[in-house]
Amino acid sequence: MSMILYVPDDAAALSVGAERVAKALMVAAGERGLDLKLVRNGSRGLLWLEPLVEWEGPDGRMAFGPVPPGEASGLLEAIVAGGDHPLALGPTEEIDYLKNQERLTFARVGVIDPLSVRDYEAHGGLAGLKTALTMTGEAICEAVLQSGLRGRGGAGFPAGIKWHTVRKQETAEKYICCNADEGDSGTFADRMLMEGDPFTLLEGMAIAGLATGARRGIVYIRSEYPHAISKMSRAIEALEEAGWLGGNIRGSGKDFRVSIRRGAGAYICGEESSMLNSIEGRRGTVRSKPPIPAIHGLFGKPTVVNNVLTLATVPMILAKGADFYKEFGMGRSRGTQAFQLAGNIRRGGLVEKAFGVTIRELIETFGGGTATGRPFRTAQLGGPLGAYVSDEMLDLPMDYEALAENKAMLGHGGITVFDESVDMAEMARFAFEFCEEESCGKCTPCRIGAVRGRETVEKILRGENVARNIALIEDLCELMTDGSLCAMGGLTPMPVLSAIRLFPEDFDRAPALAAE
Amino acid sequence: MPATAERPEILEVRALCAEYGNQAPMLLEILHDLQDKLGYIPEMCVPALAECVNLSKAEVHGVVSFYYDFRTRPGGRVTVKICQAEACRSMGAEALTEEILSRYGVTLREATAAGVTFEPVYCLGNCALAPAAMVGSELLGRADGPSLDAAILEAGR
Ligand SMILES: Cc1cc2nc3c(=O)[nH]c(=O)nc-3n(C[C@H](O)[C@H](O)[C@H](O)COP(=O)(O)O)c2cc1C
Ligand code: SF4
Repeated sequence: MSMILYVPDDAAALSVGAERVAKALMVAAGERGLDLKLVRNGSRGLLWLEPLVEWEGPDGRMAFGPVPPGEASGLLEAIVAGGDHPLALGPTEEIDYLKNQERLTFARVGVIDPLSVRDYEAHGGLAGLKTALTMTGEAICEAVLQSGLRGRGGAGFPAGIKWHTVRKQETAEKYICCNADEGDSGTFADRMLMEGDPFTLLEGMAIAGLATGARRGIVYIRSEYPHAISKMSRAIEALEEAGWLGGNIRGSGKDFRVSIRRGAGAYICGEESSMLNSIEGRRGTVRSKPPIPAIHGLFGKPTVVNNVLTLATVPMILAKGADFYKEFGMGRSRGTQAFQLAGNIRRGGLVEKAFGVTIRELIETFGGGTATGRPFRTAQLGGPLGAYVSDEMLDLPMDYEALAENKAMLGHGGITVFDESVDMAEMARFAFEFCEEESCGKCTPCRIGAVRGRETVEKILRGENVARNIALIEDLCELMTDGSLCAMGGLTPMPVLSAIRLFPEDFDRAPALAAE
Repeated sequence: MPATAERPEILEVRALCAEYGNQAPMLLEILHDLQDKLGYIPEMCVPALAECVNLSKAEVHGVVSFYYDFRTRPGGRVTVKICQAEACRSMGAEALTEEILSRYGVTLREATAAGVTFEPVYCLGNCALAPAAMVGSELLGRADGPSLDAAILEAGR
């Protein structure tokens, strides 16, 4: 009988040596004449434990980690002898971090072989598409609407409404465009999903096609994600081969083809209209709205633009029903969210939880506080355009509305933690610098405002006319919020103003030379 | 045979464009492949690109210059991208960048004698294992001086 071990080939796991562990395990097995089968799964999302090796033992999957490549041989020895090893973590599913999650979208990530259609189906995959094939487009859109699913890319717009709009357009050609640009610092959930369960995204896109009458899908993946690009390409081939993508899906008479486009290193291409321009082979500048992409999108045709996680959640909704999904969450934030714990955090990784979990639970209970062990100072929620939060805000629930009321936002669910050594004036400077680097340049408040903002914070950093310059920044931020065409310029004030509001002491600089 | 034989770069452009059906919407894909082949997008390729996909030279130039990925001058033999975004900053990316640049005696985007170029990048999607870097096509988590050195050595082989 062969022995089965799981070693992730997720990019994060590879970045800390998973490939070397896999090779070392194969070599060690060869030396012992063991029949070892390695499954290259996605990551469980317990990233501080990567490379995390699992053994399919008589009592289920047992975890070991983090496994340094040099440990591989000893680990194999220990597993043969029954599984006792200093790196043993017990049954994977029983690890608190995982056990206390509510994994719906990520249910299969890290569990299955990402490129095995058979494994996918055995774990509930394709049930949603099978259901959708028996429904009308209108009924599918309605189910998505009823589930309460809102766009997971940041803006939180109800997916069902968008789909209904595209469905109602009377054009032969329509598109489903998946936004896999994921440029926010502190986020990696889209990448993890594409690498760990690519079929669920493709299944979601096919369902979106059936729902709206689109026969073509495009996944726009950032070039910084070569592993995801290669996994997704192979997944498309595998699903086409199995007849679930392509022409005449499983004899239904319906077609749905998917192709991949690579980004080219521009953050603004995550903004939906820039992304469409980029897919059309042009510069990624923002289009003014209206018209919205649902009416006038890719090549001027009605287009669904959804985030990876929005689309990847749909198969589960159709398989288990809108009500099942809606049961999770609070208020108008239904279902679950993939929170990403990043930065200076002891147990960084992916936590999927129903909306309503508090920031403190995520950072302290799951995350275990800072990685450096120094006191927590702040966390930025929702990527580079999101607000910083203070200690006092940690008991806020993660919910679109509750965060908005407190001048913060959920964005794509990233939580980037900082310890006390952070200089918030420097972070405000960086926010402007990022906007300066990544602005598409179309409108003045963003293009010029970012430069002036950075220069003004630099003056504050030097202690020049601090009070006056802070007032100037507040003024500038108001202008950027009101006058920018998109959220790049419109939301850059979020991190800046939250830093000034919550950490005024960091801006209160004495003139550098006055002391001399 | 035309009077003056076309340079190999231009032949490459024509071949790649043909592979993508000479379609303007495929311009980014074409540019990615061209850069993979030549290491950069030579200025002199722009007219041929424009002609093949039926766009103006200005449009092609606009695309090439808009995206950070596309280089118009040859880079180093090994490219090291060091993440400068928030998550990596929270774990000391700035100090790491400074340390490595001063040790190799270069500034950002300037190649060392051995052909190593350091470039800033905003997020590699490895934010739970910060600071992150990418050496060639290899992603590094919890990057530090020694691990970067080792990866650079490996990539240079
Ligand atoms: C500057 C900027 C960057 C964005 N980046 C992304 C991104 O990387 N991924 C994403 O899904 N949405 C991003 N968005 C939001 C998209 O414009 C759009 O709202 C989203 O893709 C719609 O999908 P959803 O409704 O499923 O969230 C960005 C928006 C802005 C303004
Ligand atoms: S706000 Fe900035 S990124 Fe957005 S359209 Fe204006 S210039 Fe472009």
